[in-house]
Amino acid sequence: MALVILALLPATLFGLYQFGWPAIFLFTVTVAATVGFEALALMAAGKPVRVTLMDGSALLTGWLLAMTLPPWAPWWIGVVGGALAVLLGKQVFGGIGQNLFNPAMVARVTLLISFPLEMTRWVMPQPMFSSGAPGFLEGLAITFGNRSYDAFTGASLLGHVRTELGRGEHLDAALSAFDPLSALFGTVPGSLGETSAVLLVAGGLWLIAKRIIGWEIPVSLVGTIAVLATTMHFVDPARYAPAHYHLLAGATMLAAFFIATDPVTSPVSRQGQILFGAGVGLLIYVIRTWGGYPEGVAFAILLMNAATPMIDHYLKPRIYGRDRRGKPLEYPELSAKGGER
Amino acid sequence: MSTRASTLMSALMSTTPSAKLKLFRIRGGVHPDDRKALAAEAPIEDLPMPVLLHIPLQQHIGAAANPVVQRRQHVLKGELIAHAQGAVSAPIHAPTSGRIAGLGLYPANHPSGLNVRAITLQPDGEDRWHPDVEGVDDPFALVPEEIAARVAAAGVVGMGGATFPSAVKLNLRNRYSLHTLVINGSECEPYLTCDDRLMREQPEGVVDGARIMAHALGVGRIVIGIEGNKPQAIAILQEAAAPFAHIHVVRLPMRYPMGSEKHLVQTLTGKETPARGLTADIGVVVHNPATAFAVHEALRLGRPLISRVVTITGQAITRPRNLRVPIGTRVESLIDHCGGFSEAPAKLISGGPMMGQPLAELRVPIMKGSNGVLALTAAETNQRQPAPCIRCASCVGACPCGLVPLNMAAHIRGGDLDSAVGQGLMDCIGCGSCAYVCPAHIPLVQYFNHAKGELAARGRAKQKQTETKRLAEARTARIEAQKRAKREAMARRKREAEAKKRAEAVPKAAPEVAEAD
Repeated sequence: MALVILALLPATLFGLYQFGWPAIFLFTVTVAATVGFEALALMAAGKPVRVTLMDGSALLTGWLLAMTLPPWAPWWIGVVGGALAVLLGKQVFGGIGQNLFNPAMVARVTLLISFPLEMTRWVMPQPMFSSGAPGFLEGLAITFGNRSYDAFTGASLLGHVRTELGRGEHLDAALSAFDPLSALFGTVPGSLGETSAVLLVAGGLWLIAKRIIGWEIPVSLVGTIAVLATTMHFVDPARYAPAHYHLLAGATMLAAFFIATDPVTSPVSRQGQILFGAGVGLLIYVIRTWGGYPEGVAFAILLMNAATPMIDHYLKPRIYGRDRRGKPLEYPELSAKGGER
Repeated sequence: MSTRASTLMSALMSTTPSAKLKLFRIRGGVHPDDRKALAAEAPIEDLPMPVLLHIPLQQHIGAAANPVVQRRQHVLKGELIAHAQGAVSAPIHAPTSGRIAGLGLYPANHPSGLNVRAITLQPDGEDRWHPDVEGVDDPFALVPEEIAARVAAAGVVGMGGATFPSAVKLNLRNRYSLHTLVINGSECEPYLTCDDRLMREQPEGVVDGARIMAHALGVGRIVIGIEGNKPQAIAILQEAAAPFAHIHVVRLPMRYPMGSEKHLVQTLTGKETPARGLTADIGVVVHNPATAFAVHEALRLGRPLISRVVTITGQAITRPRNLRVPIGTRVESLIDHCGGFSEAPAKLISGGPMMGQPLAELRVPIMKGSNGVLALTAAETNQRQPAPCIRCASCVGACPCGLVPLNMAAHIRGGDLDSAVGQGLMDCIGCGSCAYVCPAHIPLVQYFNHAKGELAARGRAKQKQTETKRLAEARTARIEAQKRAKREAMARRKREAEAKKRAEAVPKAAPEVAEAD
């Protein structure tokens, strides 16, 4: 857990820097609320509180949830989100290792459906100490005081492109707002910690190198989106965005390396993990392209979480000395003497 | 044998000994720190004869041996003291000359520490061989059956720890098409160095034993596989095997459980042994180097298996060593000879750290399958409280058998053993790789061993139940039959009595009635 958080740190620090004091307050509140609700739930269940909190799983859940929130969302979004993640996402299943769905994504989706307004208000990056950035007190007012910040709002890329396409615009016009380099480095409106693809990929690759996560899910997820987007873009370039747009926009990289790779809610066998990653990638693409929401990461992950027990049931490693169906291997050419006689 | 098999065989045969044998990868496995340096440079030493030997009758897989000696009887070294019973069994011989002090119960070298039947021998200090102990000049002139018979008579069992009677394995040629004998010198368990030392110090004996076994098996090819962490053993055996073109000494990759015979054979041939089958199904028989050496001694010198090399090691042992120990010696004598404990051990293990069993107490005896005694400090064992499973799947990646240990353990924990069996519990070789890699310190392999034991007990209970039911039914039927017989007898007597009465009452009619009756 500690290493995963370390890998998230660059993208997180970048997000906090770029969205300023309100983001720092929201991040702190979300993480504190998640850990706090975990402690309450453990107390209520009569489980050891200190030892369990030390496993860092609640901290990581809160951290990931905060990274997916609109950076200037009010404080209670973080508190409600923390409660949803820990209580509904995890403790009702029996605590760590028992949950069927990714807790952070349960919270994210519930918040999005319940509070669509707060969950879709994006701000233009206002790096700390830049001229337009809110100061400490202003930040407090935004996060805790309901201070209006309409002047700073801007559409997220996925949302903008979707609206433009919906109005019958040509994709090229819709994509005029898309600057691949900004999206790569993250200087675009978006969720608190999702914007910088390059920092997320760097952290993710480091985790793969450290063998904390496997390559299977990230590779199959990213690969599926890339192949699908490229194919569809080739079919109709006026309607379907190219692969680099889908990979750089939204939460694709955060999901590929940090959310879909949650071991508790993903399959255990290599084949299962590849299928899982491909499924998440497919659903992200389908929801973004034809679904009702501009972003489909959280839904895609929850749907594939639900499929995980079935994937685990059907895609198991082959047992030594048996074929895929579980029958003992046979070597007709090496049959025992007894068999020949 | 079909054409494909013979092509395969000729392909295998054509490899010259100098050519490097192609090795195949096995799935899973782990790379534990081997910690062999503690004892690897300690030459094999003879343990001084202890005051008493406690020789269990069950030292092998199969039926226990049956004592043929009596209390106070004097026996000579190598004399038969218990004979084999049944098809799978092994006889037991006196490790030295002395007096039988008793036949009774003694704590077993088993985690249960239960008392088992054992012969207690009081050595007389003369260590005099029995006059019948005599070898053959040319074992290769003997027919295979004769070799197997001599190995059986010498009480040789698999000395890698499995203790399967070796002669039974030598007779496999009757039922299988065999082409290769593999000597399993991988010694993949950390800490243990007894096979390494034996191969380095008795290479001729090991090679000779292997050749004799190959002759008995009727195979033309011998592969001696040794893990790469034993370079001296590889070099020495290569030299000892150089005169024989059909012996290949192979450097095996260091990966636990390379010494699992099914995985070793897969590494060497690329073929998996069929589930529930033997390596003989794919034409290979595997023996341990210590077994090969015991066969060499049994054939060349006529000496039965009465002692073995044991590694006494671990950081809690003052001077780790490799000792040649008479069977039946108490573990505590070995530890005393190694200078005792340097600190209180946190864990005592019989065997290796991965598959060995906890030692219940120190007075238990060394048996034919005991390859090591480990006294580990707390720092070495890294015992930790288990944490919840987060399905990280490390165990899935480490399992060399393609199982999903985390799911099997979850089912066993829930008491659903049948589901665990459905998931392949019986295909588990108990190597412990899963428990070794588990970041949550969950004792996975212990769950599996427990479940296997529980299932075996259930099987026995079921058998007992069926047998009891059968006996009860037979008894009911018998009683029923007796009752019926009694009733019929009574009815007959009654009729006879009535007939008599009537005959007396009506004397005239009597003859008629009697006839009608």
